[in-house]
Amino acid sequence: MKKSILLDIIKNKKNRIPCVHITNINTGEEDLVTASSSDINPFLMDTIKEIFSTDKGRLIHLDGEDFFLDAHNPSLNLVIIGAVHITQSLVTMAKLHGFNCLIIDPREGFATQERFPETKIYNDWPDEVMPEITIDQRTAVVLLTHDPKIDDVALKIALNSACFYVGALGSRKTHAARLERLSKDIGTELLEKIHAPIGLNIGARNPVEIATSIMSEIISTLRNG
Amino acid sequence: MNPNLLDELSIASQWQSEGKKIAIATVVETWGSAPRSIGSKLVIDSDGNFEGSVSGGCVEGAVISEALDVIDSGISKVLEFGVSNESAWEVGLACGGKIKVLVSRLD
Repeated sequence: MKKSILLDIIKNKKNRIPCVHITNINTGEEDLVTASSSDINPFLMDTIKEIFSTDKGRLIHLDGEDFFLDAHNPSLNLVIIGAVHITQSLVTMAKLHGFNCLIIDPREGFATQERFPETKIYNDWPDEVMPEITIDQRTAVVLLTHDPKIDDVALKIALNSACFYVGALGSRKTHAARLERLSKDIGTELLEKIHAPIGLNIGARNPVEIATSIMSEIISTLRNG
Repeated sequence: MNPNLLDELSIASQWQSEGKKIAIATVVETWGSAPRSIGSKLVIDSDGNFEGSVSGGCVEGAVISEALDVIDSGISKVLEFGVSNESAWEVGLACGGKIKVLVSRLD
């Protein structure tokens, strides 16, 4: 691999531009393409588009030669509304899974740098922060404040974004009340996107275990859809 | 940041900036129950230090020794590993899968 290609892959990842690294296995020739590259073999373009969406590279045979197409999608983002006890464990786990984490909580006592070292924190309301940050198809949004004043505002923004996962903390009863409130502004189809009660049912009993169940549900949604 | 939390290409870039010679091994094809998916990477330096993986630890030893050749010669290699058979010392995948690994030098 050429150094220039390695540096471009890292740069694209940082700038959230999906790219595919093509290596001719027979000759060693290589190229890095993005969706906006103009000089791509039209036959390859369909495969490349598929690779962007599935995040899975593959080996293909073309005109007697083998090409390896390697997927390099932007890193994953996790936006957490609510700097609560569960959030402390969830941030630790999500970082291990390669997520960039960002916490939003207008309540200053909660979202402190001491409780969340090396994590980006916004002490503002979700509707002030969320329009300014990246919430794309590589982003998961989790609502953990348990406070409708904060969660509902964030939910409305998350449901209208391209994010691949939206989960909200609360019992079935709490969620039913939430749906009732939100149905005035948001259609049923969008509301069905909310994962609630949040997390896979693993019988979680404490904040760390709830974080495990949330993390598992995020990964399951990313990988299995 | 803890190096274990960096992706393999970032590690490769960091090692190269420290003046190390590096090879990158990538899983390019899998059949059956392969332990790691296509695109998984193992980064190796000329001293045999490594980060990442291309299997569950089953074939890394063999890949690292081939990578040292690639670092010397600059010529990429494609390695194939299948099910390990009765010959106890042969390198293979106990899980029953088959993988193809491209090893190339970072120039």
